[in-house]
Amino acid sequence: MSDKKTNQVGDTGHVWDDNLRELLNEPPRWWMISFYASIAWVLVYFLLYPSIPLIDSHTKGIMGWTAINEYKEDLSKIEQVRAPWENKLKGMSAAAILADSDLTNYTISSAKVLFGDRCAACHGAGGAGNPGFPVLADDDWLFGGSVESIQESITAGRQGMMPGYASQISTTEVDELANFVMALSQGNGDSQPAGKALFDSSGCSGCHGADGAGMHMMGSANLTDGIWRFSSQDQLESVKYTIANGVNTGEDTARNAVMPSFENQLSAGDITKLAVFVHQLGGGQ
Amino acid sequence: MSTPKDDLPDTHIDALYHEVPINTGGETIHAKRAPGPFRTLKWYGASIWLILFLGPYLRWDGKQAVMFDIPGRQFHIFDITILPQDVWMLALVLLFFALLLAAVTSIAGRVFCGYFCFQTAWTDVFTWLDEKFEGSPLQRRKLDQAPWTFKKIRIKVIKHAIWILIGLLTGISFTLWFGDAPTMWKEYLTLQAPLFAWVTVGTFTFFTYVFAGFMREQVCFWLCPYARLQGIMYDCETILPTYDEGRGEPRGKLKKNVDANNQKLGDCIECKQCVVVCPTGIDIRDGQQEGCITCGLCIDACDVIMDKIKRPRGLIRYASLDEMEGRPQPTIFKRPRVLMYLGIILFSIAGIIYGLNTLGALELKVLHERQPLFVLQSDGSIQNKYVLKILNKTDAVMQVNVSATGHPELKLVGAEEPLDLPNGRVSPHTVYVRIPNAKLTQDTLPIYFHVQDITTPEHTVEYKSMFFSPKK
Repeated sequence: MSDKKTNQVGDTGHVWDDNLRELLNEPPRWWMISFYASIAWVLVYFLLYPSIPLIDSHTKGIMGWTAINEYKEDLSKIEQVRAPWENKLKGMSAAAILADSDLTNYTISSAKVLFGDRCAACHGAGGAGNPGFPVLADDDWLFGGSVESIQESITAGRQGMMPGYASQISTTEVDELANFVMALSQGNGDSQPAGKALFDSSGCSGCHGADGAGMHMMGSANLTDGIWRFSSQDQLESVKYTIANGVNTGEDTARNAVMPSFENQLSAGDITKLAVFVHQLGGGQ
Repeated sequence: MSTPKDDLPDTHIDALYHEVPINTGGETIHAKRAPGPFRTLKWYGASIWLILFLGPYLRWDGKQAVMFDIPGRQFHIFDITILPQDVWMLALVLLFFALLLAAVTSIAGRVFCGYFCFQTAWTDVFTWLDEKFEGSPLQRRKLDQAPWTFKKIRIKVIKHAIWILIGLLTGISFTLWFGDAPTMWKEYLTLQAPLFAWVTVGTFTFFTYVFAGFMREQVCFWLCPYARLQGIMYDCETILPTYDEGRGEPRGKLKKNVDANNQKLGDCIECKQCVVVCPTGIDIRDGQQEGCITCGLCIDACDVIMDKIKRPRGLIRYASLDEMEGRPQPTIFKRPRVLMYLGIILFSIAGIIYGLNTLGALELKVLHERQPLFVLQSDGSIQNKYVLKILNKTDAVMQVNVSATGHPELKLVGAEEPLDLPNGRVSPHTVYVRIPNAKLTQDTLPIYFHVQDITTPEHTVEYKSMFFSPKK
C-alpha cells in the first residue's frame, strides 16, 4: 500500500544517489494540529507570563506572576498551617508546653531544624555529643537537667572553671588523684585512699562535693558516674590532663569548654522550643 | 483492490462488505437485535452494573453501607473500616480480579468483553435506545442519510438527550460512592457540589456519551488494552464462538425448489445473519479475530436459521480450536495454565480473608532513634530511645498500657501511665528503654513492645525492635 502511495506523490525535483527523491508528502494532520496548537500556546503563554527579556528588565505578563511571589504564597500557606500551633505556643513556658503531649510533639518537630542549625555542630545530631562537647541525650547535666536550667543554658550560655593543679601538686599526686577519680566513677573510690586524701586536701571537694557528685550551681562535673565530660579512648590519661591543666583557666594548655549565649541570636520563643527539644532528647529531668 | 466488483465470486469478503456495511472506522454499525439465549445472557451480565447505580443508597447501621471516604482516608464496607494502612489488601483484590480475568479468558474467551464490560453494557443500552427511537437497522441507516427534517431533528434530539442523561446519571452514581449519597444529591440539585465533583461528573458524562454513543466498537478496536491482553490469553483449548468450517463450507445461497442435498454445499447458506447481528461488525466465519468480543450473538442468529432450514444447530458454536481440528480436549482441571491461575486466585482470596480477619483495632510501628543509637546514663545503664507510632482504628479514644520485654533487667521509661490514643489516626509516643550495661552480653538485642487496650484487653499488638549498646 505504502509503496504505491509514494509513487503517486510529487517530489521537489531534488534527486540524489540516482533514485532518492525528496517527496512532497504533507505532514500528518495530527502533527500540523499539534504544531499550530503549540504556536497558539506560546502566544498565550507570552501574554500571560513574564517571557521576553528586555535590556534592563523583561515583559511582566498580564498575570503578574513571579517565582518569588509563588514562593511567598507557598510559605504563607505553611505558616497558616502552623499558625494555630504557634499562637498557642506564644508566651507559654517550656514546662507548660511539656505538660501537653500534642504541643510537645509539635515543638519537637518545629525545633528540629533549629537544633540542626544552631546546636548539632557541637553537640551532634540528636544530641549524641562530640569529643569535647557534652552529650545532650543522657541524664548527666553539668548545670541541671530541668527544662528551666536548659533554657537558661541556651539563653545565657555556660562557662565552668577548674584550675590547673600542675603547679600545686606533684605528678605522682596527679596520678594518685586520677586513679581515685577513675575508681570513684566505678563506685569504689575507697580502694584509692591516697587519692581520696588528696581529693579532700587539695580542695577538689570544694567544687565537686565531698562525695564527688558535682554541683549544678557551678557546673562542676559529677565524678561518681560513668559519664565523662572529656571522654577519651584512654580515660585515665584524659583525667590526668584535666587535673593538671584545668578547664577554662585562660592558659593555652587548659581545656576549653564554653557554651555560647544564644540570647541575641534566637528569639525567646525559639529558645523555649529548643529547651523543650533538648529536654526531650532523652535525659530531661 | 482495483479488481471490478462484478468479477468477484459471491462469497468474496468484499462483496459481503458491499452488501452489509461493516464498520471500518468511518461508518456506524447498526447491528440487528435478535432474541436468543446469548442475548438474554448479555442482559443478565450487563445487569451487574445496576450495582453502580443502586449501591450508594444501601444503608447499614444508619450509615452508607459502602463509602470510599478519600478526604477522611477511610474505606467503609458494611461493618469493615479499612484505613490506608490496610490497603495492601487492595493489591490482592486487584490480583484476584486480574487472575480471574486470565482464568476465565483462558477457559472461555473474552467473557468479560462480551457480557460484563461497561463499554459493552453501555453500548448495548445505547443501541437499544437507537432501536426504540429510530427503528430497525435499515430504518436507522435511511434516517442517517435522510435530509434534516423536523421529524429527524426531533428524534435525534430526544435520543441524544437521553444518552446524555444516562451519562450524567453514570457520573453522578460514580461520585456517590465517595461521599454520603443523600447529601451529595442535595448538593447536585442545589448546584452546591464542589468543583471536583462537577469535573468528575462532567468527565464521565462526556466519555459515556462519546464512547457508548459514537465510538462504540472502536473503543474495543483502538483504545482498550484489555481487548489485546485477553486475546493473547487464548490457547488451542479455549472455547470461543467458532464457525464450523468443515460443516459450513462450501457456503452458498439456498436456492428454492432445489434439493439442498443435491447442491453439494455446506450448511452455511450465506444469509449473513451472523454478520448482521454482530455488535463489532465482524464476520465470525473468517475465524477468530481481534474484533470478536465473544458475545455469542452470532450463535443466536445462526441457530435460528439452522432451525428454519432444518439443519442441526451449532454451525457457529462455542468450541475450541482443538475440537475443530479433531484433537483431544483435556478437561478444565487438567490444563496447567488454568490450574496455575486458580492457584494464584486462591492465594489472593486467602490473603484477603486473612487481612480482613486480622484488621484489629490497633497497629504499632516502633522507630528506633538513630542519632544517637544509644546513650550511657549516669547510673551505668544504656538507654535507647524509641518512638511508638500507634494507630487507633476504633471510633473512640483508647487508653492503652505499654510494656516491653526482651531482657530481665529492662526498664521502660516514659509509659508509666496509660497512654491516650486519639481515634482514627496515628499518634507518636516517645519511650526509653534502659538496661544496665554490665548486664548486656551482646551489641544488639531484640526488644518486644506490647500495647494493650485497657477496656478491651483483646485489643493488643506487639512489635519487635532492637536494643543497641556499645561494642562488647
